[in-house]
Amino acid sequence: MLLPEGASTIAPEVDRLFWIILWITGFFFFLVQGCLLLFVLKYHSRGGQKAAYVHGNAMVEVVWTVVPAVILLLLTVASQKVWAQIRSPRPITPGMIQVEVLAEQFAWNVRYPGPDGQFDTSDDITTINQLHLPVGRPALVRIRSKDVIHSFFVPQFRIKQDAVPGLPTQVWLEPTKAGEYELRCAELCGLGHYRMRGYVTTEPEEQFQKWLTETKANE
Amino acid sequence: MSEHKRLGFVRKYIFSTDHKIIGIQFLFSSLIFMAFGGLLAMLMRWQLGWPGAALPWMEKVAPAGMPGGVMVPEYYNMLFTMHGSVMIFFGVIPILAGAFGNYLIPLKVGAPDMAFPRLNMLSYWLFPIAAATVLAGFFVEGGAAASGWTAYPPLSGLKETMGPGQTLWAAGVVVLGFSSILGAVNYVATVINHRAPGMSFHRLPISIWALFTTAVLTLLATPVLAAAMILLLLDRSLGTSFFLPAGMIVDGNLLPHAGGQAILWQHLFWFYSHPAVYIMILPAMGFVSDILPTFSRKPIFGYHAIAYSAVAIGAVGFLVWAHHMFQSGMNPTLGTTFMISTMVVAVPTGVKVFSWLGTLWRGSIRLTTPMLHALGFISMFIIGGLTGIFLASTPVDMYFHDTYFVVGHIHYVLFGGSLFGAFAGITFWFPKMFGRRMNEPWGKIHFWLTFLFFNCVMFPMFSLGLGGMPRRIYDYTQYPGLVHFAGLNRMMSMAAFCLMASQLLFAFNFLYSLFRGKKAGENPWEATTLEWETPSPPPHGNFAKTPVVLRGPYEFSVPGRERDWQLQTEED
Repeated sequence: MLLPEGASTIAPEVDRLFWIILWITGFFFFLVQGCLLLFVLKYHSRGGQKAAYVHGNAMVEVVWTVVPAVILLLLTVASQKVWAQIRSPRPITPGMIQVEVLAEQFAWNVRYPGPDGQFDTSDDITTINQLHLPVGRPALVRIRSKDVIHSFFVPQFRIKQDAVPGLPTQVWLEPTKAGEYELRCAELCGLGHYRMRGYVTTEPEEQFQKWLTETKANE
Repeated sequence: MSEHKRLGFVRKYIFSTDHKIIGIQFLFSSLIFMAFGGLLAMLMRWQLGWPGAALPWMEKVAPAGMPGGVMVPEYYNMLFTMHGSVMIFFGVIPILAGAFGNYLIPLKVGAPDMAFPRLNMLSYWLFPIAAATVLAGFFVEGGAAASGWTAYPPLSGLKETMGPGQTLWAAGVVVLGFSSILGAVNYVATVINHRAPGMSFHRLPISIWALFTTAVLTLLATPVLAAAMILLLLDRSLGTSFFLPAGMIVDGNLLPHAGGQAILWQHLFWFYSHPAVYIMILPAMGFVSDILPTFSRKPIFGYHAIAYSAVAIGAVGFLVWAHHMFQSGMNPTLGTTFMISTMVVAVPTGVKVFSWLGTLWRGSIRLTTPMLHALGFISMFIIGGLTGIFLASTPVDMYFHDTYFVVGHIHYVLFGGSLFGAFAGITFWFPKMFGRRMNEPWGKIHFWLTFLFFNCVMFPMFSLGLGGMPRRIYDYTQYPGLVHFAGLNRMMSMAAFCLMASQLLFAFNFLYSLFRGKKAGENPWEATTLEWETPSPPPHGNFAKTPVVLRGPYEFSVPGRERDWQLQTEED
């Protein structure tokens, strides 16, 4: 059972890191478990052989301190590159779509700024538990909470960001594939936490615009 | 050595100041709490394996939580909150630091008792008071705390969202903090001041290095937890706003709080609770470091590296707390800092694992029950440690944070690690504590069953995490995207029931051996440290005459000697 298919520009980056770490930890997993098993079988005292009188070996000890340290350092650098790319604030560009997700017990209120590009104006478009995003256009999702802490988690986007009351947060993403995904609340938020489910629809630009117009008309 | 006068039953076994009795009190209490915590987990596994299925007889036990035997969401939230709290605060920490810290430190450093025996007694007696306070939550209106063992406000901080059970929880944890601090003061003072002549720091067994480091961590971190809990209590009961921001709307009402910071709690809580993870693993690492040389009949490989890596883990362990908060809304640049420190802490951890392998290499290995548990510890801890690297990497954590991957990780560390370490410790020192030996074949069967079922329950959690299943959800079938995990969840639940049932074998072996076990003698394992030079169980005052230490703790298979072990006080 492996990761669900990614659907944002972030996903391949995160997945690549995941695989790198899986290979490295997998190697050490088999190395150490293998040695453990081998030593127990090989040095099991059957005939009463005497153990070696050894207190250590400076050379070996330096190697097994330095080698993991170097590997971890490289992993940190690789992770930091992706992290900076995902999390550093980006300027708002004309093509960027903005959307606000306001979490509450136990629903996701979604709001688009409407044609004027400004929130808190009369042409805002609001929905509940339905987040639509156009494929291939960068999006800025502003995340807030009305009451307790929730967490905005769309597995296929590889994105998770807590929704904290009194502390607006934001994530940038760009959907790469049309589809329907689940928005799962990932931070315990009370008795209805388990059913705090939203849906994310990524679709081509025209369909998205059509959906926005229809949603506005139905308000 | 001073004369020890005869004491009545109450002073000897109940309000005792003898570190050994206090250690055994902690041992019994924490085993009972762990059994209780395990039962809570079984109820959770029932709900996860068969969501919404009725368990009719449970209605009598929990009429509000399981009306008609069907669990309600609130009750599920109470179960995982209390499972975590009981296991961590009343199970693992007390058994490792409380039971073994108390029992072993004076014996292993060659002291007649702890530095402050009365404080020690108080430390024990605060513990059941704390537990009773926390568990009383089950009997108040609205039930026990249900905001997770991490109790993030505002959920935990508002009367509107959590009932009085949460207040009791926070108050109980403060009391437990006092118990921990009093214990820790004692351990630090005893190790520094009460070592026998010749027992330099570099002749201390690794278990003592580990318990000493743990005590320092406890002393420095616990007050921060207490402060956080007190602020939470004030927010809950006096209407302050330490963790509560302005503008919260609950049930349609605008709350009057203003000026608080929700994630301040997370900083304070993890400033304690991350070191607490090391408080829960370092002692187990120490026991394993005592047990491996004994049953490999070989000096420990790289004594200094192992000893100082415990100190390094403790020190760096103070600088990693916010790796629990990468996705919390904290400044992402701060995330980078904590990723670096978290990666750093993996280095001394790796050193320990490799040194244990080095200890086994060219040994003459005896596969006794404690040795099996120690080997099980290493094998399981590796999985716990390696999966931690995924979570340390900030971008990968963005996916795994708050999923079952984390649940799997923490159980590999705290069950696979700490609890196998505790089993290793119990089976190893049982003969010393009670003068009798546990049954070896039963012990081995218990080990293998536990090892097998543990992996069947916990390993699939990594799969669930990869599939994006959030933790702490009462009914995952609410998500169509998770329904395909039903079969796996059912298998895990069945394995969990078997895991719990396997512990009956341990309980039976423990109780039977207490009264009927074979007499142990002074040194049944042919070990080298000071506790094995005094009768089993040791008398009040521990040693007939103060031991004089001549050498390091793990002198096995010294060339030219007839016996393959050499006690720390033995002349050449």
